[in-house]
Amino acid sequence: MERDFTKTKLRLGERIMEGLLFAAAAAAVAVVLGIVYVVVSESTKFFAQVSVIEFVTSTTWTPLFDNPQYGIAPLLSGTFMATLVALAVAVPLGLLVAIYLSEFAGHRTRETIKPILELLAAVPTVVYGYFALLFVTPLLQQWLRPFGVELPSFNLLSAGMVMGLMIIPYIASLSEDAMRAVPRSMREGSFAMGATRLETAFRVVVPAAVSGVVGAVILGMSRAIGETMIVVVAGGQLPQMVTSPTQQGATVTAFMAQVALGDLPYGTLEYNSIFAAGLALLVLTLAFNFVAFWLQRRFREAY
Amino acid sequence: MTAADVERVRDITAHPPGLELRKFKDRSFIFWGILATVIGLGTLVTLVWDLAADGSHRLTPAFFLSFPSANPGEAGILSAWVGSLLVIVTTAFIAIPIGLLAGVYLEEYAPKNPITSAIEIAVNNLAGVPSILFGLMALGIFVQFLGNPNRWFSFLPEGFRNAAADLFGQSILTAGITLALLILPVIIVATREAVRGVPQEIRHAALAVGATKWQTTQHHVLPYALPGVVTGVIIGISRALGETAPLIMIGGLTFVAFLPITRPGDATFETIGVLDEYGAPVNPEATETVRIEHDGVVVLPDFTEMPVEAGQTYELPHGSTIQSVASWGDAIASWSPSNWLGQEFTVMPIQMFNWTSRPQAEFLEIAAAAGLVLLAITLLMNGAAIWLRYRLRKRIKW
Repeated sequence: MERDFTKTKLRLGERIMEGLLFAAAAAAVAVVLGIVYVVVSESTKFFAQVSVIEFVTSTTWTPLFDNPQYGIAPLLSGTFMATLVALAVAVPLGLLVAIYLSEFAGHRTRETIKPILELLAAVPTVVYGYFALLFVTPLLQQWLRPFGVELPSFNLLSAGMVMGLMIIPYIASLSEDAMRAVPRSMREGSFAMGATRLETAFRVVVPAAVSGVVGAVILGMSRAIGETMIVVVAGGQLPQMVTSPTQQGATVTAFMAQVALGDLPYGTLEYNSIFAAGLALLVLTLAFNFVAFWLQRRFREAY
Repeated sequence: MTAADVERVRDITAHPPGLELRKFKDRSFIFWGILATVIGLGTLVTLVWDLAADGSHRLTPAFFLSFPSANPGEAGILSAWVGSLLVIVTTAFIAIPIGLLAGVYLEEYAPKNPITSAIEIAVNNLAGVPSILFGLMALGIFVQFLGNPNRWFSFLPEGFRNAAADLFGQSILTAGITLALLILPVIIVATREAVRGVPQEIRHAALAVGATKWQTTQHHVLPYALPGVVTGVIIGISRALGETAPLIMIGGLTFVAFLPITRPGDATFETIGVLDEYGAPVNPEATETVRIEHDGVVVLPDFTEMPVEAGQTYELPHGSTIQSVASWGDAIASWSPSNWLGQEFTVMPIQMFNWTSRPQAEFLEIAAAAGLVLLAITLLMNGAAIWLRYRLRKRIKW
């Protein structure tokens, strides 16, 4: 006798499980939509009272004054300055580490150093904030004094530098992955022509892995732009047009945290202003993610 | 070719110009590479050393068992670590099942269609969204919308709306959900990689003997993928533990001198009768018969104290307050999610941030001590994850 293995009960269980799995995966989409919805809808209330032109062009951000001004430029200048300092630290160090680990170090060294280095990204950012404020800043003050630079106790230089140390593992680890994905035969071709390891690294491996390296740098940059606690603790919270890293300044994220700490009543213009700042942040990070994606597609080498 | 030319070619191949310099550059790069690595690793060591130098002398048992205080000498992290623990438990309960199922769906079930690519794009983008924006979303949805009973759908019964709104707002539940959404991509990606690593033959064997797709996944794919999933979960949870910004956005408190659960030894206060807004009885003449459950003291409306014994019944005027000291029984009985999920909270990173932003040096010391605890937990968790991944690579050979 033939047995029916496709029992309805079993199939129903399978259906339910499949539905559950799909629902879980769809949650990710829901979260993205939730973020975009909240940020955009609350910003709309803000832009009903403040013109977009003022938001983009004004160079004063004083939402808590009697005569409030809402120009995002000072916050963006703080964010870019801190990010710039972070990249100035992280890109050279990260790439040096990546090239060293990928082209020079032995298997054992690489497998030991990489995970330890990744611990740098696991340190809670508020701990980095403490480190920047109470260790790096006094140190820099001492070092810069002979050059006639008086570093204030809140400044974007130390915040940015510590942020740079934090994103080293992102840049090093991902660049190293990209470099190791370059086929051996390309290196051997270069060695056969008489090139040294260093020449091979800079003229063959890095150009071949450029899409991955650029992607890694942009990922690190995007982390730096969205980083909050280090700049809140060590960068100061004064929104001003920043022209030098030795100044203090508020970043977009620092402003949002500062307002949230102050318990603003729901529905006020000040409350809505953090969503407008959040919109700027969202647009900025999504734009960088998009650029990274585009660069990777454009410069991808196919082997 | 003349003999002189041959001589020159031979000379060049033997000693290409600048060879020594090129070799020197090659070797000296090793120095720069190691220097960069040492700067990275040195940061980690300096960080730990700096915190230990500032705060290690404050790591006493009393530090873990005291509430924060205006007096830095007495302040501790009791409410902070209990808050962190409760928030993380909530996060784990939400993030692990959803992340696991979503990862399995994307690897095993997802058809190739626009919906699947939308999900993949969403997961990839979520990983790149700054954490503070998760807090902004939670502020808009869980605090301002779900936390306000008047903004719930009005067709729901009022009692339900009030009870549900109690759970949201600036609560442990809101914090747990926010952090769960934040670490979802970490768990999804780890699950996908682990599931992808299980060879096709195992699935084919299970399917060939008649297992359904979910049976195959549940009994044959997931057990092999589990260590990889656990690695991802540990890394995700440790990240959630250190997150500050999103919890500041939803209004995590910076000063909490209570626990969301009863502790043995805590005094509990229960005032009987119907009270007006000033705490005075509406009807001063009314009395109520009360059976006392613990030994304690009753404070009568005229502020005289009356000792009471457990098991006895007393006739008490409205406005009397029964004070008793909580026992282990109370602590255990009070342990239900419904009475802590909706509570306000603080967590370790917020507590540390609060102390860091104060000018007095003594507060900076306890900030460093709190930072050491935080650092120890996250580094240990990440170390465990690294060790697990290493074991995994070594042991499993398909």
